[in-house]
Amino acid sequence: MTGLGPSNGSRPRSRRQHIVVAIVEDKPGVLMRVASLFRRRGFNIESLTVGHSEAPGLSRMTIVVDGESAPVEQVEKQLYKLIDVVKVSDLSQEDLIARELAMIKVRCNNLNRHELLEIANVFRADVIDIASNSLILQVVGYEDKINGLIKMCEPYGVREMSRTGRMAMARGTKTTTVHEAEPPKIAQIHASQGRRVEGELPFSSD
Amino acid sequence: MTRMTGAQMLLDSLQREGVDTIFGYPGGVVLPLYDTLPEFPGLHHILVRHEQAAAHMADGYARASGRMGVCLGTSGPGATNLVTGICTSWMDSTPVLAITGNVARTLLGKDGFQEADITGITQPITKHNYLVMNSREIPLTVREAKHIATTGRPGPVLIDIPKDVFQEQDRFEWPEQVSLRGYKPTLEGHAGMIRRAAELINQAKRPIIISGHGIIWGDAQKELVELAEKANIPVITTFLGISGFPELHPLSYGFLGMHGMYYANMAADEADLVVAIGMRFDDRAMGRFNAFNPGVKIVHIDIDPAEIGKNFPTAVPIVGDAKHVLPKLTEHVHEREHKEWIRWIDHVREEHPSLEIRESRRMLPQYVVRTLYEETSGNATIVTGVGQHQMWAGQHYFYNRPRQLISSGGLGTMGFELPAAIGAQVALPGQEVWAICGDAGFQMTLQEMAVLVDQRLPVKIAIFNNGYLGMVRQWQQLFYDKNFVSVAVTQPDFVKLAEAYGIKALRAETKSDVQSVIQEARDFPGPVLIDFQIDQEENVWPMVPAGAALSETIEAPAEEVAR
Ligand SMILES: Cc1ncc(C[n+]2csc(CCOP(=O)(O)OP(=O)(O)O)c2C)c(N)n1
Ligand SMILES: [Mg+2]
Repeated sequence: MTGLGPSNGSRPRSRRQHIVVAIVEDKPGVLMRVASLFRRRGFNIESLTVGHSEAPGLSRMTIVVDGESAPVEQVEKQLYKLIDVVKVSDLSQEDLIARELAMIKVRCNNLNRHELLEIANVFRADVIDIASNSLILQVVGYEDKINGLIKMCEPYGVREMSRTGRMAMARGTKTTTVHEAEPPKIAQIHASQGRRVEGELPFSSD
Repeated sequence: MTRMTGAQMLLDSLQREGVDTIFGYPGGVVLPLYDTLPEFPGLHHILVRHEQAAAHMADGYARASGRMGVCLGTSGPGATNLVTGICTSWMDSTPVLAITGNVARTLLGKDGFQEADITGITQPITKHNYLVMNSREIPLTVREAKHIATTGRPGPVLIDIPKDVFQEQDRFEWPEQVSLRGYKPTLEGHAGMIRRAAELINQAKRPIIISGHGIIWGDAQKELVELAEKANIPVITTFLGISGFPELHPLSYGFLGMHGMYYANMAADEADLVVAIGMRFDDRAMGRFNAFNPGVKIVHIDIDPAEIGKNFPTAVPIVGDAKHVLPKLTEHVHEREHKEWIRWIDHVREEHPSLEIRESRRMLPQYVVRTLYEETSGNATIVTGVGQHQMWAGQHYFYNRPRQLISSGGLGTMGFELPAAIGAQVALPGQEVWAICGDAGFQMTLQEMAVLVDQRLPVKIAIFNNGYLGMVRQWQQLFYDKNFVSVAVTQPDFVKLAEAYGIKALRAETKSDVQSVIQEARDFPGPVLIDFQIDQEENVWPMVPAGAALSETIEAPAEEVAR
C-alpha cells in the first residue's frame, strides 16, 4: 500500500477544516451550482474533487472547506437546498481515510538524479517519467506526506506540480452512499438466498 | 401518443398545470411559441411594456392568489430584463415560473445575436433553473418546475428553451408524477422537538410570537390564531408577515423592525422566549444581531432548514410546514394568561402609541393611508412600492385577511408597485386593488398603465407625491447632516400623463380633498390615478437606525411632531 502506515490517514485534522461529501446528480451545470453557492455565501473552498460514484447518474464530490469562513452546518444545509444535490455527509468528525494524489515534475541532472530517486523511495512515490533533465514523481497520501515530498524536491527545482485535492472515506461500514430502493424482483432473489433486505444492509448510509 | 412541437408541448403542459395567464413580451426566438398561442385559448397572454414588469406581474399574481405566476421573455435583453423581477420574487420566496427563449442549439455558446446565458445569470436567484435541450423533456421540466416553485419554501424557477427546441417535433408524454431524489421538503416537524418547544412555551414568562411570510404561504393564519389564543401569547409580525395574523386581534402588536411599532420592538427585546414562525431573522427586522435581546431563547419553526441557526442560535429548531406543525404545538401548549407581560406591553403601547396620527392642516401621508383604510372598510388589497410610502402603508392600514398587503420586502424593488398591482388585479377579478406608489418608484414602471387600459383592469393608483426620493432624503437628513444630494425629483404632470394613456386621473392638493377623491375613484368602475400631493418632508417613525439595536428605537423628535 502507499502511504506511511494505516494510521496516517486518520491523524488529527486541522480544526479549521471541514470535509463534506456531496452526492450530486450527474448533470451539466452541477459543479457551477455548487461553486456559485460557495462563492455567494463566502465559504472558502480549499479543495474540491468530483468524479463518478458507485451509482450510475450520480457523482461524488469531496469538498474541503475552510471552517473559519463557514459553519459546517450552514454549508451542509445550503448544499441540500440545491435540487441536484441528493445527499450531503459531513465527515469532519469521522474516523476517516483521506488521500490526495500529486504529480511533481522536478528538475534533475545526471549528478543528482540518484538522490532524487532515493527521496522518492522514502516517500514511496513512483517515478512515472524520466527525461535527461527532469523527472515526474507521482505520490499518493495524506497532505502532510505530499507537502513533505514537495519540500524535499524544492532545492532541485520544482518545475510543475498538479494536485487532485483531498478525497475521503469513513473507515468501517459507514458510507456516504445513497441507497435507492431495491426493485422487488431483486429483493426477492436476495431473500430467497437468505440475504438481508434493503435497509438492513450491513453498510448503513447514516 | 400525440406528436407535438416543443411550443405546443410547453403550452399544453402549462395548461395541465393549471396556468391560465402568461405575462409576456415577444421577440425573435420565441416567435414559434407566439405562433402557437392562438391554439390555446385557455391561456390568456397579457402583453406587458417591459419584461421587468412581466416578472413583477407574475409575482403580484402569485402573492395575491397563492398560485404560481408565469412570465415570459425572449432571449438576450428580454431575459435580462426579467432578472430584477426574478430576484424580487427570490428574496421574498414567491412561486414564479419564468420562461425564456434562447438562440438555437447550434448557436448556443457562440455569442450570436441576442444570446445571454440566462441560466448562468439567474443561478443564484432562482430556486432551480433549466436549459431544455430536447423538446420531449419539456413536459417533465414544466411539472418539475411547478413542483419546485410551489412546494416547500416557494421560489422562482426559470426554464430556458432554445428556439429550435420550440420547433422540434416529438412524442408528447405527460409524466404521471414528479420524483426528485434531491428535493423532498420536510412538512411534519419532529415530534420530540415540538414537545420541547411546548415545554419552553409553558415555562416562559414573557413569550412572544414573531410570525413571518411563511404563515401566509403556509396558509396557517387559523392555526396561528389558535396557538396564540390558547396560551395568550402576543403576536408581532415581520413586515412581510403583515396580514398573516389579523391586525385587529387583541393579541396583535403590529410589526417589528426598522420602521416597526415601538412597542413591538420593545416586546421583542424584552421577551424571554421568541417563537419565530416562517421568518428568517432579517437584519431589517432584528436590528443589530449581537445586540438583540441577549438572554432570549428562540424556538424557530421554518420549512427551510437552512434558515434555522443562520443568523441566531436556536434553542429548539423545528423544520416543517406551519400548517402541520402549529396544531401539534398547540396541543401540547398549556392555557395561560400572561397577564403581567401583556399589561407591560400594553403600557408601553399607551406611552408610545406609534400609530397615532397627529392633528395637522397638512396632508400627512399617514392620514391618506388611514382615510383609505376607512373608506375601503379595511377590505382592499394594497400593493406598495419601496420607500416611505411603503412603510406608512404597512403601518396605517390594518390588515386582517392573509395576502392583503403585497410589497417587495427582501429586495426592496422600486417600480414593483404598479405591475404587481396589475398582477394582483388579474388574480382577483372584481376585488378592490390599490397600488400605493412612490412618485419616484412609479416612474420606473409607469409604462404599464397601458396594460390597465388594454386589459380593462380597475386598479386604483395612489401616488404619494412628495417630490422626493423620500426615504433617501430621510436618511440624508438624519445620517448625512442634511447634505441633500440627488433626492429631489422633477416629475411629469401625473394627471396629464394618466390621461395621455386614457386613464381617469384626479389630484388631491389639500387635506380636505383626500376623502372625496378616494370616494370618486372608488365609484368609478375603471382604473383611476390619484396624485396625492402629500407633505413633502414628513419622515417615517419610529426608526431603528441602521446598525442600531431594536432597544434603541427612536420616535419622532419633538420638532417634527410640532411641524
Ligand atoms: C430600483 C431601486 N433603486 C434604488 C432604490 C433605493 N431607494 C430606496 S427608497 C428610495 C426612494 C423612493 O422614492 P419614492 O418612490 O418617491 O418613495 P418615497 O420614499 O418618497 O415614499 C430609493 C431611491 C431602491 N429601493 N430600488
Ligand atoms: Mg417620493
